Amino acid sequence: MKAGVTVVSRSLVPLLSLSLAGCHTAVLSSAGPVSEGERIVLLDSLAIMLAVGIPTIVLTLVFAYWFRASNARARYRPDFAYSGRLELLVWSIPALVIFFLGGIAWISAHLLDPAEPLKSKAQPLEVEVVSLDWKWLFIYPQQNVASVNRMVVPVGVPLNLKITSASVFNVFFVPQLGSEIYAMYGMTSRLNLQADRPGVYLGLSAHFSGDGFPGMTFDVDAVAPQEFAGWAAAARDGGPVLGEAAYRGLLKQTQDVSPYTYRSVQSGLFGEIVHQQLPPGEGPPTARTSAGGSTVLAQRHD
Amino acid sequence: MFGKLTWAAIPFGQPIPLAAGALVVFGIAAVVIWVVARGYLPYLWREWITSTDHKRIGVMYCLLAAVMLLRGFIDALMMRSQQALAFHAAGYLPPEHYSQIFSAHGTIMIFFVAMPFVIGLMNFAVPLQLGVRDVAFPTLNSVSLWLTASGALLINVSLVVGEFARTGWLPYPPLSELAYSPGVGVDYYLWAIQISGIGTLMTGINMVTTILKMRAPGMSYMRMPIFCWTSLASNLLIVAAFPILTATLAMLLLDRYVGFHFFTNEAGGNAMMFMNLIWAWGHPEVYILILPAFGVFSEVVSTFCGKPLFDRRSMIIATMAICILSFTVWLHHFFTMGAGGDVNGFFGIASMIIAVPTGVKVFNWLFTMYGGRIRFTSAMLWAVGFMVTFVIGGMTGVLLASPAADFVLHNSLFLVAHFHNTIIGGVLFGAFAGYTFWFPKAFGFTLDERLGKAAFWCWLIGFYVAFMPLYVLGFEGMTRRMQHYDRPEWHPWVLIAGVGALLILCGIALQIAQLWVSMRGRAQRREPTGDPWDGRSLEWATASPPPAFNFAVLPTVTSEEPYWDIKQQARATHHLATPEPQYAAIEMPRNSPTGFVTAFFAVVTGFALIWQIWWLVVLGLLGAYVTFVVFAWRDIHETEIPAEEVARIDRANRAARAAALLAGAAR
Repeated sequence: MKAGVTVVSRSLVPLLSLSLAGCHTAVLSSAGPVSEGERIVLLDSLAIMLAVGIPTIVLTLVFAYWFRASNARARYRPDFAYSGRLELLVWSIPALVIFFLGGIAWISAHLLDPAEPLKSKAQPLEVEVVSLDWKWLFIYPQQNVASVNRMVVPVGVPLNLKITSASVFNVFFVPQLGSEIYAMYGMTSRLNLQADRPGVYLGLSAHFSGDGFPGMTFDVDAVAPQEFAGWAAAARDGGPVLGEAAYRGLLKQTQDVSPYTYRSVQSGLFGEIVHQQLPPGEGPPTARTSAGGSTVLAQRHD
Repeated sequence: MFGKLTWAAIPFGQPIPLAAGALVVFGIAAVVIWVVARGYLPYLWREWITSTDHKRIGVMYCLLAAVMLLRGFIDALMMRSQQALAFHAAGYLPPEHYSQIFSAHGTIMIFFVAMPFVIGLMNFAVPLQLGVRDVAFPTLNSVSLWLTASGALLINVSLVVGEFARTGWLPYPPLSELAYSPGVGVDYYLWAIQISGIGTLMTGINMVTTILKMRAPGMSYMRMPIFCWTSLASNLLIVAAFPILTATLAMLLLDRYVGFHFFTNEAGGNAMMFMNLIWAWGHPEVYILILPAFGVFSEVVSTFCGKPLFDRRSMIIATMAICILSFTVWLHHFFTMGAGGDVNGFFGIASMIIAVPTGVKVFNWLFTMYGGRIRFTSAMLWAVGFMVTFVIGGMTGVLLASPAADFVLHNSLFLVAHFHNTIIGGVLFGAFAGYTFWFPKAFGFTLDERLGKAAFWCWLIGFYVAFMPLYVLGFEGMTRRMQHYDRPEWHPWVLIAGVGALLILCGIALQIAQLWVSMRGRAQRREPTGDPWDGRSLEWATASPPPAFNFAVLPTVTSEEPYWDIKQQARATHHLATPEPQYAAIEMPRNSPTGFVTAFFAVVTGFALIWQIWWLVVLGLLGAYVTFVVFAWRDIHETEIPAEEVARIDRANRAARAAALLAGAAR
């Protein structure tokens, strides 16, 4: 049984990767070690399951066809309602499959734990990510610059992300780099990623956060390290300063904000956001005016 | 005077909600006028609205589900068309409207379609299968129904007056807190679910009591039909899980109404706790829905294969295992919150373990078909369609249960495809199978099979065309609830999904046509014996539609398939196996308007709470309390059906069965 599953899964994995990778889907055309790991977990698990799932589906259709009432050749066995051997089989097949899958799940849940730093000789790049209504703020403490709705990262360097939210829940997600994680007010989520191939990758929020949610996409530009240094230097040359006043401006709800950078960032800003020393996102105006012109009242508790 | 309610609450400036609202209002008005004008009102009041008969209540639950399915499906069509149009464009639904639609779609489909449908089937079939006359608490049953309907009504009122929640079908804070959702939308959601949730909890208590305490003589637990077992498991879950939902939503209500800070951003609130609590209810809820569907399939497969269910014992163990395990897996809904390898790994494996008993069930249906003589009625088609579809849904579910895979699939359209795969391919197919299976029992005539089969194929193909592209979109990184997007690789798949939705629309149209055609031709479609499918359990042992008292004499059960055994004996001897019994008068519960009146006051209270019209809240609560007191003070509990009446009804059915038996023997 075990051997059977492995053999089938071995023959299925390349087949699947071929057919699925052919479409160049974001999740499966991985651009870093994390998403590569997740891709393998996904395809392995899928292969093991298909090894049982496909025969089950085929058997269902075959039994349904063969034992149709009009088929005189099929033997009618109205009393066949129990078999100890089959009982053993019907429990052990799913149990074995889950034994394998559970093993993969347990091991990969640890290996690919988003909080776990990636092994690398390179010094990791720290990025502090804040989800706002409705845009992303990326703070680079080592470079002392910040960027809105665009994340530039060096290729081959581990990214050490700290993620929080300034208002409602969001999920930070770059499909081609792997592992999404929640951005939550008053919490720091840790995520370690790495881009191995240069390119522009789609980033987005994977958790609905209000009217501006579909516009919360951002580009992740994975560039060569020297190019990244050049970008940081250029960012330091111009643009506004991200201090408390500028941050309070970001707390207002805005949609589809075009990317721009800050030339410097007030030190410890991310910590102040996480530790709730700065107020949360403002939300909509407290009195909502509707089309009729008069107000639908709503009080706020601050 | 009217709290937050002003004329501005009615969307005069927005054509779509206004038109939809007007349609609903005129639709309801037209039905009411038609009923009154034709003089049906007294009949409806006497025979249906105030009925405490579990069969009538079951039928009304299913009717509520069917009507709400139409509403929820219109939402689905709007979402599909919006996404089809919103590539590099704004589409026709602005974000604040689109978010109401997907929130309403999910809320309606789970709470007011899937739930009432399975509860309706359980209500209808369980007492019949157990061989008893009614549920344990018939008036409470009626209250449950009408409270559920109240919730449904409040949600539809939000179309016309005010707005619905813009937070998704589960109102995650902080988005659902007053600071980010100051309108009445979330309040509509909360009060609608609280009111219907009370109804559901009472149903759970009622059904658990019925199954545990009220079985026909000789029906031990191991002799109960599988549908009763899965109903028991489902209702145990309701009793255990729904209080969590009510408490969680009550906390959110306290936050919103009186300035508490359970889940707020400020003052130490913790929104993560909401996720924990809501899924502590939410995951068992999935099994509350699917277990009765499993039960329906077990009955259908066994009946139409002409065989007992394969390995009943494993089926029962698997059902109860799922019942317990369903409480140990809720964290898989938020692996991506960063709990760490140990916690995620534990809940990942726990989630996967549920696949074992589920897999056992699939194999047992498979081996029930083995050696069978399968009649492909439309109910059986739904069952086979389910088996194939559900295996796919189960596999993608196990995939999502692996934390590392979930890290790239969470909240994506892959997830959306997965749960539609299980809820449409599992719960809804099960509901439709049960509907076609038990319809002749409820009404005494069969549904048109040709249209039923056509509807099945449209649904099945439509499902695959609508949801397989969503799996692909999940791999493409598309997340749920996008009002617009600009990724060219997503667009073709979104368009295909839209075509699938249209195919499902054809399926629904065919189902309506099926009902219409069957009703028109019911004189020819009559089924006099009460056993149209050559059934095996006790519901087929009585007339169709069953008399109010179900059984003239409670059957004595001596095996797992009592009716099948009686029938075999009758077929062998060529006359009915049981001699004519000594008929006696039967006491049945009286009709009661308590449920309807309570629900009326519940709607008033709910509406007043949503709009903060405090005097009306007091009035509504007072009315509900007075209704309860009046009911508690009633002097006459039951009505007696005289022995002659019982004899007349039962003799007619016995004669029809005897005739059918002779005809069968002659063939």
